Formats: sequence, C-alpha cells, structure tokens
Amino acid sequence: MFEAIAFYLFAFLTIAMFYITVTTSQALYALTALAAGMIFISAFFFILGADFLGAVQIIVYTGAVMAIYAFGMMFFDTTRDVKEKQGNKFIIVGLSTFAAILVVLIFAVPMISTNMTAFYPVVEAAGNTQNVGMVLFTKYLIPFEVAAVMLLVAMVAGIVLAGKKMDLSLTLMSGDEVEEMKKNQDKRIIS
Amino acid sequence: MEIGLNHYLVLSTILFTIGLVGVMRRKNLLLLFFATEILLNSVNIAFAAISHYYGDLTGQMFAFFVIAIAASEVAVGLGLLIVWFKRHGNINLDTMSSMRG
Repeated sequence: MFEAIAFYLFAFLTIAMFYITVTTSQALYALTALAAGMIFISAFFFILGADFLGAVQIIVYTGAVMAIYAFGMMFFDTTRDVKEKQGNKFIIVGLSTFAAILVVLIFAVPMISTNMTAFYPVVEAAGNTQNVGMVLFTKYLIPFEVAAVMLLVAMVAGIVLAGKKMDLSLTLMSGDEVEEMKKNQDKRIIS
Repeated sequence: MEIGLNHYLVLSTILFTIGLVGVMRRKNLLLLFFATEILLNSVNIAFAAISHYYGDLTGQMFAFFVIAIAASEVAVGLGLLIVWFKRHGNINLDTMSSMRG
C-alpha cells in the first residue's frame, strides 16, 4: 500500500520535473528541475531495494554532474531565452512515443517470453551494498577497471578542453599586460 | 494494489519519451545534454526494476556503468561545448553547419 503511494507520488513528481526540463525556455529552470528529478529518481532505487545505487545516484548526478553543468553554464549566455525548433508537435511526440515503446519492447519481450534465471542471484543474508560489492569485484572487475580508466581519460580531456588559457589570471596581471592580451585576442582568427 | 515490473517499465517508457521529445525539439546544445541525461536515467530505472523483480544483480551493475558513462560524457561534452562557445559565441545547433551538409 505504502509502496504504491510512494511509487505514484514519485512517478508524478519525476514526470513533472522532467517535463519542465524539456519545455521551459529558461536554462536555469531546466537545470534546477533536472536536479530535482534526479533526486526523485533515487527514490525509485530506494523503493526497489537498490540502496547503494540510490546513494550513488544522489552523489554522482546531483552532486557531480549537476555541479559540472552549473559550472559550465557560467561560460554560456544563459540569461537569454532559449529558442525552440518550430516543428510539427504531433509528429515529434508521436515519433518519440513510438521509438520509446519500440526500445522497451525490444528489451522486455525476450525477457518476459522466456523463463529468465538469475546469473548472480541476491544473497539474502547480506545487505544490498555487500551484494553489490561481491558481484562488482568478482564478476565485473575488469569492466570496473575499464570504467575507472575511462573516467580518468574523461577528466584529462575535460581539463585539456576547458582549461585553455586558465593559467592566465586577469586579477594578477598588470594593466599593460591585460591590454596586450586584448589586442592579441582581436588579431586571433575566428573560424 | 501491488506495484509490478510493468509499472516501472511504463514509467521508464514515459520518461524515455519525454527525453526523446527534448532531444528532438531543443536547439540549445546545453539543454540537449539535459535531455540525454533524462534518457540515461529512464533506462537506469528499468535496469533497477528488472534487477529487483528477477532477483539478479546484473541490472544494478549495468546501471552503475551507465552512471559512470554519463559522468564522463558530461565532462568531455561540456569541455567541447566551452571550446565551441569561445570560438563562435553561441551554442545553437543550427549554426553548426561548417560541413555544409
């Protein structure tokens, strides 16, 4: 009973938040609505008994990803209203619904039609975090290490791409140096 | 009323639809990234629900890897977006037609 109430409440909240995210014309509203939706999604993970996944969802998505987005939005002109594509709305919504149902059917039908057995069944005596640790560090150790290397590569790529000229500090330079830098910037070819 | 796997799959479908609508109608690349986050999250819900109802931990493992991929995608994508914004002054999708396609 309480599970049903919680499910419908959080389903409504999540759908409302994500609807705001894709329809609002203000980037800041979209960002905050997306962060709220991520928190509400972690509620589903807690309902489903995936406690560790829910905690990771809150930490990684609303802690790290949203912070990176908020940081990145400082570089962009976000006060301007966002223009939308003017297309046929019925075609867009219809195509999206069709594609989403198709994707779910592709993955769900083979699972429902055959009697699926668990590869790595849940050990009842251990908690969720312990179960996750046992499976992650035995069966999925190599993908785990590869994911770690991928995150390292992404971090280096992010620093290299976004950190250009970040060694220059406008507050520590003298007035002449700033003027010279501005002149050089004007000469730069904008391609 | 019992909440079953179908409820979660329907919810995941609805969220995936919202994300796809966002991908199709957004012109601003930053908001397009938001829509892709919605897509990844809807898939995560489906993974966690299937993992719970079949008593198998593989779904949760894949949800972890999806979260890791989403985090690295944000880092690289936002870096590229900042480079593009420094050069062109906007992140509008329609202006990215340098290949004359």
